Amino acid sequence: MPGNGKLRLAVWKFASCDGCQLSLLNCEQELLALLEHVEIAYFLEASRATSRGPYDLSLVEGSITTPHDAERIHAIRRDSKLLVTIGACATAGGIQALRNFRDVKAFTSIVYPNPDYIRSLRRSTPIRDHVEVDFELRGCPIDKGQLLEVVGALLAGRRPGIPTYSVCHECKRAANLCVMVAHGTPCLGPVTNAGCGAICPAFTRGCYGCFGPAEKTNTASLTNWLRDNGENRKTLVRSFRSFNADAEAFRKESEALEQAGKRHG
Amino acid sequence: MGAIVKKPRVLDAAALGELFEALKAAGHTLIGPVPRDGAIQYQPIDGVADLPAGWSDFQDKGRYRLNETGEASLFDYASAPQSWKRYLHPPRLKLFSARREKGRIRFDDEAEPIPKYAFIGVRACDLNAIAIQDRVFIGNGQIDPHYAARRERAFLVAVNCSRAGGTCFCTSMGTGPRAETGYDIALTELIDDRGHRFLLETGSDAGESIAAGLDAAAAAPEDIDAAAAISERVAGNMGRSLDTEGLPEILAKNLSHPHWDAVAERCLACSNCTMVCPSCFCTSVEDTTSLEDGTAERWRDWDSCFSGRFSYVVGGQVRDSTRSRYRQWLTHKLSYWHEQFGSSGCVGCGRCITWCPVGIDITEEAAAIRATDEA
Ligand code: SF4
Ligand code: SF4
Ligand code: SF4
Ligand code: SF4
Repeated sequence: MPGNGKLRLAVWKFASCDGCQLSLLNCEQELLALLEHVEIAYFLEASRATSRGPYDLSLVEGSITTPHDAERIHAIRRDSKLLVTIGACATAGGIQALRNFRDVKAFTSIVYPNPDYIRSLRRSTPIRDHVEVDFELRGCPIDKGQLLEVVGALLAGRRPGIPTYSVCHECKRAANLCVMVAHGTPCLGPVTNAGCGAICPAFTRGCYGCFGPAEKTNTASLTNWLRDNGENRKTLVRSFRSFNADAEAFRKESEALEQAGKRHG
Repeated sequence: MGAIVKKPRVLDAAALGELFEALKAAGHTLIGPVPRDGAIQYQPIDGVADLPAGWSDFQDKGRYRLNETGEASLFDYASAPQSWKRYLHPPRLKLFSARREKGRIRFDDEAEPIPKYAFIGVRACDLNAIAIQDRVFIGNGQIDPHYAARRERAFLVAVNCSRAGGTCFCTSMGTGPRAETGYDIALTELIDDRGHRFLLETGSDAGESIAAGLDAAAAAPEDIDAAAAISERVAGNMGRSLDTEGLPEILAKNLSHPHWDAVAERCLACSNCTMVCPSCFCTSVEDTTSLEDGTAERWRDWDSCFSGRFSYVVGGQVRDSTRSRYRQWLTHKLSYWHEQFGSSGCVGCGRCITWCPVGIDITEEAAAIRATDEA
């Protein structure tokens, strides 16, 4: 930490929509308190003024999708004591990882008049595939309470209380009525990591899986149940292919469903 | 609660509100059944108008639906999605907060406000579940002050079931369907040519003193017989059954049974079963710190043997596989709970069956182990 005793914070962006960084700015109430403990050394979304590393804590948003980014992340790692990735892009490749299931060249040739200018990697990958990551915060976007918890825990020198259990766990604690059981609405909650506070079931909608796979997942069993209850394979493939499409458990499930679809027509 | 045997009374359905008013006058917050979002749920109520008149439920594994019956009945449904547990043993509770002041740690000694509930419509299975949690939290030598304070203030109005749910098996567990003990007041809803009324029995001094103030005459033998007939009919209509004979021992010697792997193939380790179970009591404790004023708080949250952190010790998880987690749940409920607390940990309410998102049925799984017991 620098002379002022504050934690030097940097916030970095890769392929992403900026929503997770905005969660930090959305901490309105807590932001002033945070600034008592934290010096914002690099955060372009908040200020043009930047200062050089090393940084005590780097928050990294976004996935790696270009050769340039694959280089840049190493420099950031070298400059950071702790590196925490934030959001579905940084931890699982994000929605842009849908390209991982297709040929990205085919896309660029359709979208751009001169695809030769496009330097894009074949796959969108999470930060931990490139450098060592100290902690991952899931979500699309992340939960600002969780972000403050991680920073607060770091400042207090304790372990962050970030759950690894399923959304169902939160749902039941909040006394939401289960939409799967009571309404027959498909829900990814049982295989999705907690963190959002089970917002969607609280509004009688199924979970979309924003926080990615939970610590234990049994996607095959969930799919079997939903299939037996009339859900079609294509819809299920799409449910697993959203913000966390390339997170291992979700990718395997959507691929297995696709394979089964091909076999059974 | 003295063992009082008072003559049953009969309370006209139109006078049920008097009972509620008397409980409110005694300082109780009423918690009762309300049709909300597509289920009959226990939540704060104001009076009779909130009750699920003309509503019933359909329950099967992984499935719950609300039905409109158009009948006059107020209590014609089975277990609610969650039990009374969330009121006596809240899902999230602040244990204390502390601050650093002039270099010393100062604990806030602000007393926790303790709610004084009256539960309206406690079923026999849930009365037994409350008795189990009493043993866990109060009768075990170590008193949990948070539970004990809520429990001591609570007034229990039992309502005997007039319909067995599709996942109920209280008859197998010896916990129902008729409320035998543990209530302050027990009602049985009677609707026949003698009218819409309740047979009212008291089970404690508190119950007797509330009942004495109601406009309720001594019950006629016909009323008593009608109530007994309802309980008898319900007992014969259970949606599920469980053979408990020798079950604790059978399970205990089948910890390596291949069937645990078969369940693990279906189980999502989502912890819904433990959360809805009225006897599961596990929690974990977490600290929070405020960036604003340095206040630290200690919170207690419901936890479950299906979560990874639950069995995490330095070096890793004791129960890493879903197989070992499911086995822990089922054997704790049906086997070693006996050794630990002197009864089964299951009262046959059926919630874990209904609310398992993939319809895993504890009675089927236990029966499967028994059927192939080779140990
Ligand atoms: S609504 Fe979804 S997240 Fe909530 S308990 Fe049901 S399956 Fe789990
Ligand atoms: S184990 Fe299942 S049926 Fe038994 S008391 Fe718990 S929730 Fe009810
Ligand atoms: S079954 Fe699991 S959650 Fe329930 S009391 Fe036992 S260990 Fe705790
Ligand atoms: S038995 Fe059902 S409710 Fe319990 S953890 Fe497994 S899938 Fe979830």
